[in-house]
This record gives sequence, C-alpha cells and structure tokens, in this order.
Amino acid sequence: MTMDGMVFRIKKYALHDGPGIRTTVFFKGCPLRCWWCHNPEGQGFEPESMPLTTDGNPVGGPAEIIGRPWTVPELVAEIEKDRIFYDESGGGTTFSGGEPLAQPEFLDALLEECRRREIHTTVDTSGYAPPEVIRTVLAKADLVLYDLKLMDDARHRRYTGVGNQRILANLETLDGRAPRIVIRFPLVPGVNDEEDEIRRMAQFVAGLKTVHRIDLLPFHPIADGKYRRMKMENRMAGVKSPTRREAEKLGALFAATGLEVRYGG
Amino acid sequence: MTPRIQRLRRRSLDAQPRISVERAVLLTDFYQSAAARNASVPVRRALAFKHILENKAIWIGEDELIVGERGPAPKETPTYPEICLHSLADLEILDSRPKIPYAVDNDTRRIYAEKIIPFWQNRTIRERIFSHMTEDWLAAYQAGIFTEFQEQRSPGHTAGGDKIFRLGMADLRLQIAEQIHKLDFACDSHALERFEQLRAMDIAAQALIDWAVRHAERLEAMATAETDPARRGELLEMAAVCRKVPARAPETFHEALQTYWFVHVGVITELNPWDAFNPGRLDQHLYPFYRREIEAGTLTEDRAKELLGAFWIKFNNHPAPPKTGVTGQESNTYTDFALINLGGVDRNGADAVNELTYLILDVIEEMRLLQPSSMVQLSKKNPDRFIHRALKIVRTGFGQPSVFNTDAIVQELVRQGKDIGDAREGGASGCVEAGAFGREAYILTGYFNLAKLVELTLNNGMDPRTGRQLGPATGRAEDFVDFAAFFDAWRRQLAHFIDIKIRGNNAIEQINGRYMPVPFLSLLIDDCIANGRDYNAGGARYNTSYIQGVGLGSTTDALTAVRHHVFDQGTVRLTELKQALAADFEGFEDLRRRLLNETPKYGNDDEAADAVLREVFEAYYAAVNGRPNARGGVHRVNLLPTTCHVYFGSVIGALPDGRKAGQPLSEGISPVQGADRNGPTAVVRSASKIDHLRTGGTLLNQKFLPQVLADDTGIRKLGQLVRGYFRMDGHHIQFNVVDADTLREAQRHPENHRDLIVRVAGYSDYFVDLTPALQEEIIRRTAHDDV
Repeated sequence: MTMDGMVFRIKKYALHDGPGIRTTVFFKGCPLRCWWCHNPEGQGFEPESMPLTTDGNPVGGPAEIIGRPWTVPELVAEIEKDRIFYDESGGGTTFSGGEPLAQPEFLDALLEECRRREIHTTVDTSGYAPPEVIRTVLAKADLVLYDLKLMDDARHRRYTGVGNQRILANLETLDGRAPRIVIRFPLVPGVNDEEDEIRRMAQFVAGLKTVHRIDLLPFHPIADGKYRRMKMENRMAGVKSPTRREAEKLGALFAATGLEVRYGG
Repeated sequence: MTPRIQRLRRRSLDAQPRISVERAVLLTDFYQSAAARNASVPVRRALAFKHILENKAIWIGEDELIVGERGPAPKETPTYPEICLHSLADLEILDSRPKIPYAVDNDTRRIYAEKIIPFWQNRTIRERIFSHMTEDWLAAYQAGIFTEFQEQRSPGHTAGGDKIFRLGMADLRLQIAEQIHKLDFACDSHALERFEQLRAMDIAAQALIDWAVRHAERLEAMATAETDPARRGELLEMAAVCRKVPARAPETFHEALQTYWFVHVGVITELNPWDAFNPGRLDQHLYPFYRREIEAGTLTEDRAKELLGAFWIKFNNHPAPPKTGVTGQESNTYTDFALINLGGVDRNGADAVNELTYLILDVIEEMRLLQPSSMVQLSKKNPDRFIHRALKIVRTGFGQPSVFNTDAIVQELVRQGKDIGDAREGGASGCVEAGAFGREAYILTGYFNLAKLVELTLNNGMDPRTGRQLGPATGRAEDFVDFAAFFDAWRRQLAHFIDIKIRGNNAIEQINGRYMPVPFLSLLIDDCIANGRDYNAGGARYNTSYIQGVGLGSTTDALTAVRHHVFDQGTVRLTELKQALAADFEGFEDLRRRLLNETPKYGNDDEAADAVLREVFEAYYAAVNGRPNARGGVHRVNLLPTTCHVYFGSVIGALPDGRKAGQPLSEGISPVQGADRNGPTAVVRSASKIDHLRTGGTLLNQKFLPQVLADDTGIRKLGQLVRGYFRMDGHHIQFNVVDADTLREAQRHPENHRDLIVRVAGYSDYFVDLTPALQEEIIRRTAHDDV
C-alpha cells in the first residue's frame, strides 16, 4: 500500500483521548475553523513552517515544519511501538486532528490495519464529512469521540465556518452503526454556554439510541502561544476557562436527561 | 501522626548536623592501649568496637520509644580516622561549606590537632590505598575517569536478612562457639585466622548486648526520677526491651524494631560502611510480630504506627558520615541510603504484600522524611492496589517511594548464580543495587565516566583539559573511515581504564580484608560465621564487586551524533566538529543547534540512537562482567550516579551531542536532560533496549507535572506505564512530581521552601540543599505533561 496521509503530530502516552494509554495521531487539515481550536497548526492541509518562538522571529530563523506525509505501514509501525502499554492498560490508538475524516482512504486503511493487529481504535471527529464516509469508514472505529458544538445552525456557521446540519444528520446515521459513541462538547464561554442551547443539545443526544455519555471539555486558553507563533489571529484571546462550578452547573442539564457526564474527557 | 511523633519529628528536622569527636577520641585511646597492641587484627577491631560502646555517651531523648544514637545526640556525627583522617583544613571545609555542612566546634579542632591527627597520620586505610595505587590509576582518578568508593568509607553496601529478627546475639555467640569447637588445626592451615576472626565476632556480639544493657540501666534510672506515671511506665517497658534484645531474639513488634535499631547503630559505629545499614524487607521481617500481636490484642494499628514513626525518626537522626573531596562530589548528600523495601515476593515466590505493607506506606507518607529512603518492590504477582497506593505517595511530590521490578531483581540475582530462594528474599539497597539480603557482600567500587572516554577517543587518548596523554593512542579521529572504527577506539579506551580500575579494586579489597575486618557486620551476614571469615575478606555466601557506569545517555547521544553527522550523513567534518568542541561551540552556534535538534537522541524510542545505546552497554558489560575480584567473587556492572553525573560532567569539555563544557552528564540510564521529546512511553521503551537482567541495577528518573497525577485515572495509567516497563524487564523507575516554576521559585526564595524534597538519583534530597549545578540539572530534566 503506498497511500500517504498528512500527519502533524504523534502524541504518545495520551491519557484523555479514549480508554487506557494511547498514541494519538493528529491528521493535518480540517474543513472547520473553530474559534477555540487548540491545534491551529493542524487546520491547513499542507505542511507549514511554525517559528519556534512566539515573538515573530525573522524569516529564516529557527522554525519547525509542521506536518509531513506518512505511509500506512510507517504510521502503523510507529503505533505498534507502544503496543505493550496498550495491552497493559486497555489502550490503543486515537486518530484526531485536524479532521481525520478529511483523509478518508488513509483513515480507512489505518482502521483496517489496526483491526487486523488487534489494536483498539478511536476516532476523534467533528463529524463533518460525506455520509458515506461516516457509514463506510467511521463506523469501523472501536470508539468514536464525536464533537457537538452548537445546535443553532447560524451560530455554528459563525463560530466554526460550517453549518451543523450535516454533522447532526451524520450522528444519527452513525448511531447504531458504530460500536461505541461518546459525545464531546467543548464548553466555550460566550459561544455555547447558554442553558437553552445546552438543553437543546441534551434533548438531541438523549434521543439517540446508543449514546449514553457526554464528555464536557471546558475551554482552555492553552493554544495562545501557538496562535502567536503561527501569526494567526486568536479570536478567543483573553477568554478564560470556565470554572469547575460553571461547568458542573451546565453539565447537570445533560445529566438530567439520563446521560453520563464526564469532565475533561 | 500522634503528638509525640510530631514532636520527635520536629526535633529531628531542627537538629543541625555536627561533627562529634567522641568516637575518634575513644578509638584513639584504645589504639594507644596495650590491649590493642597485643591483639590480632580482627580482635583489635572487635575490642575497639567494644571500647567505644562501653564508653560512649548514652542518649535517650524526651518522648523516645526506640533508643540508641551513634553520636552523643541526634545528628552528632562521628568520624572514622582509621579509614580517613580529616585534616584541620577538611574540618574547616565541613564547617563552612554552603551545601551539606557539618558544624565543627573549637574543642573538636583542638582535639584533632593535639591527639587525633598526630596518632592516625600515615596509619589510615585511605593512605594505604593511595600508596598502593599505580601512576596510571592515580592519573585516571585525578582526571575524573573513575572514582574510588573506599577512599573515605569502608565497604558495606549490604542489607540485613531475617536472621536479625530470628536470632539473638546470644544465639549467634553459641553458633560461634560451635564453629570454634569444630576448627580443625590438624588439616586447616587457616584455622588460626578463623579462630581469631570468630573470637572477634564473639567479642562484638557481646559488646552490643552490653551496650543495650547500658540503655536499660539508664532507662531504669530515668524511670525512677520520672514524675509522670505514664512516661515512667514507658521507660520501664523500654528498659525491659533493652534487657532482652538484642541478647535474645525479639518476640514483640516493639522488640523487633529495637533489635534492628541496635544492630543498625552497631554497624555504623564499627565503621562507616557505604549505605549505612539497611533492614531490607521490613514488611516481611516485621509481619510475623505484627500479626501475632494484633491477633493476641497486645498491639493496635495506631500503636504500631507510632512505633514505626519513632523508628523512622532514628534513621533521620543519622546523617551520612562527613564526605569531602571527590567522595563529597560523587555523593553530596546527608542521606545515607538505608532503603526500606516493601512488597515483592516471599522465598517461595508468592505475593508478599500484606496489611503491614500498607501500614508502613501510610507511615512513609505521614513522616515525609529524607531518611530512611523507601521503595516498593513490584512483582507481576502483586496487586494493583499496592502500586496505586505507592504512586499516591509519589504524587505528594517527595520522590518516594521509588519503584522496583521484583521479577527482574530475582532474575538478575539468579543469573549471577544465586539460589532462587536467596534471590527472592533479596531486593535493592542503596540507590538501586540488587542484592541477596543477609547473604551477600556486594561492594560498589566507584563510578566510571563513560562519556569522558568519548572526549579521549576524539583526541587520540589525550585529555584536552590537561593536555596530558591519559589513555592509549587509539588513532587520530580524523583518520577513522567509519563509525565502527571510531567506536572500536572508544571501546579500547574503555578496556584500558576498566583494567586499571579492576587492578586497583582488587588491591583495595585485599587491603580492607587484611587490615580492616568488620567482625560485627560479619555476624549479621551469612555465611561469615560458618566460614570463620570476615565480611570484607570473602566470608559472605555471595561476593560481588560493582563498577557503576555513569553517563549512558550522554555517551550514547555523543556517539550517535558522530555516527549520524560525520559518518552516515556526511554533514559535518570531524575536524570541524573538533574545532567546535574545542571552542565550546563559540562561533559554532548553528552546528550546535543541528547537533541538538537534528540528531537522533536516546530516549525517544528511535532505533537510530538506541542501537548505539545497546553497543555502549554491551561494550561496558563485556569489559567488566565476570572479571574476578579479590574476595572469591566477580565484578558486575550497574548503572547509577548518585550525584556523580555532575562531577563527571565538570571534567569534560563540550561533547558532540551539543552539550557545553562542564555541564552535568545524563543521570542513571535517564535520557540527556531535555532530549526526550516523545513522552514517557518512548523513554521507557528506549531504556528497556539494554538488557537489565545482566546488570545489578539501573536507575531511571522521570519527571511529571503534578496535573498528570491529579486524579485516580492518572494514577492508574502511571501504574500501567510502570507495569509495561517492568514487562520489558526494566529494573527501576522513580518519579519527580513537581513543576519547574516551583523549583525556580525555590531557587529565588530558599527560605520559603526548606521542605521541598526532590528526587536526585537513587535518593531524595531537600532541593535547597543541592548545589546550584544539580538544581539546574533537575530543572532541565524533561517534564512529561498530558496536554
């Protein structure tokens, strides 16, 4: 197999991207432009140069190249390195990004190869992809971490660059097809922290057949340095993390529908 | 913690280490007596021990439950002039140095000048050692190729077995009498030596009994004067304990602790052996006493904890004997490395974790003391609850307990030819050293500077620091056609200096065996009585000598950089590299950046570097393993540094991995500070690529940010990381859980962070007590986060 995929980071000992100890593979390129994106260097589909310092060092100064093509065998060999820790912990590999569904053939090949090798797979996705990719590729993952951001289509469009109808429809498509789905909800102050919005989402999720858990991920201004290094505008500049109490208050609205709520994933 | 233990703990923490002249004076008095002149060497040593214990001040502190001090009061630290005589200048340094000082008063200086120095000059083991060393040895020692453990301290490096808890000194005396009776002067040409050695052991055993009785008498006198009836009862009970043990075998939990403590002080009074002494498998030794008394209702959990707390404080009252010069630099700490082992397996290989194991872990967490050090032995047979409990203590951020792989230790010891039962009853002592507790003399002989040899290889055996031709001329580095030739030159430098080190070791072992026997320690370690031979002369069942390799990560990265840039990629010429190193990279900043950032590094699960690691390890192993020592055993390798990676770094110029001149080397088998960039699983995968089972111990330090362990999931996954490493035969791993900001703040305001404890190498220390170089080194270690 000679198919290449664009990957910008491989994180080992990942503890929050699914069960056990995991290796998380970050696919480069994403069709969304979420204001609160933690990985702005993963948005573009091509490799790019990111200066090593935050103060905008001159052209030709020390920089790292973000993203490079990987073959499936090469990436699977990298994932295999930590096999002993997956075995020990019930872990495996997580495909995240960027948007892994934006490279569907590459993802499909990886899911097939991991299944053959008995490596547990998780896909962390925005759900923004053609429905056939959801049915034929995403459903192969042992676990899907499915992001829901906003129920209001116009606001969704404003804050992520795309509407949410396809995402919601895809989730209904996936429901019952994927072995396990967990919803991930990034709680972003001023964007989706209104009770009405959350009630609507809770209602929608509660109507799904196989989804029983939602992870509430409070916004964190951790990516500010990366925005500066990339010389990109950080539209969340100055926004602080919600407090644990605020998060729990909103989480209770999900819990009221019978969903299990976890904080921080 | 009970109010009593809080008070004892506070007093122990507040006490300042001071030099006590008491032992030196008593020793000198004895050596000047006719009794000393007329006795054989071992009997003279035993009589000296007896004289000290008969005449030293008895100290029994307020609130104490376990008694016995090496000095006249807590932290008053004796000297050992028969091993190493401190000059007045040494005393001045000890008194005034900014880190790890020992206060020296004017009386001590005067007595040293008038009595101690005049008598012991030219009679010490240290002088004897140096007078027997060759010029090659002295040159290598001075250049920092290796250190010598026995230049200021006596061999020891051992831990007690269960014999101490099963037999009283009176029982040992009976065994000795029996051995003397069996001596065969008709056929055994060493019968007289054995007789003198056994007689010396007998004197030493009785000396400890008599010392305990002195405590009993004092306790009884104190009881008579005591007005508080509760304390009076305690004092009488303690007196009864001291009348019984260590003469007879202990029967209660309290008696067992007091027995060990008298024995411990006996060992560290007789001489100043490395690693003090060590109760070894404490939960195993104490459990029968604990269980019997809990069932009988004569002991409660709370009382057991209080007794253990009182026991813990006794260790903390005893700083390491004062170390100066190179020994001070290689082991720059008050900690004396008594390492409590918990968990593991029993003699039959079954899970040995019991309820006392957990109780002792509670004590470790509550006491939060530097001494004793503590560790857990984790076998595949031990429950997860055990490792989770230990890691929850690690999370509190004082570097203890460290975590050892029981299954690896057992295999290491069995590979060395030990009985499997003896191996299972062993563990790790000191920092990480595997040993058959109660049955083995495993002597650490000195640290060995693997990275310095890269510098010599680059310079055809010449030490660029001094311009001296130190090693063999292994060829101009510019002329090597491939990496194999370069590595072979490094290997020849290694073989050359290991040979020098081993010749020195074997002379030193004979010196200690002949001139400095340890009859008291010999009582405790099988089979010294049965053999009628001293611990220092091969009397133990197993006799191993170690050379501790230092700078494995730095050496690997330096060699990998040469291989990658000079030979594989051709991106750097060797002449250019040598110029850059000579200039300490001044004017070669871009080259240094490439060496740092564009070179495979050990610790990233990158085969390009890890293949070199294996070659370095195999070469070191081949040079050392199996070479005979002077005690009927052989040399083995282990890989640990204490603080020697700082000293060894200070004698090396810039290295090809981008390290600047004088910077510390990597520590233990940990990657170079900051070179590991792929997280902890990659580190332990890289570290597992050497064969730990052919070592006698390796040391891996990892730093985590506190938030990684904030919740139980973090604890569980760290436990799984450890289990994974141990499935790959990793020997040991330990953790610093602290962030760099906290450490920087402690550097700026040490007065507010007196209690900040960090893991250094195989031990913990107060951060503010570390030298600035070591503080920086710890801050630079990579911290794993979970973002």
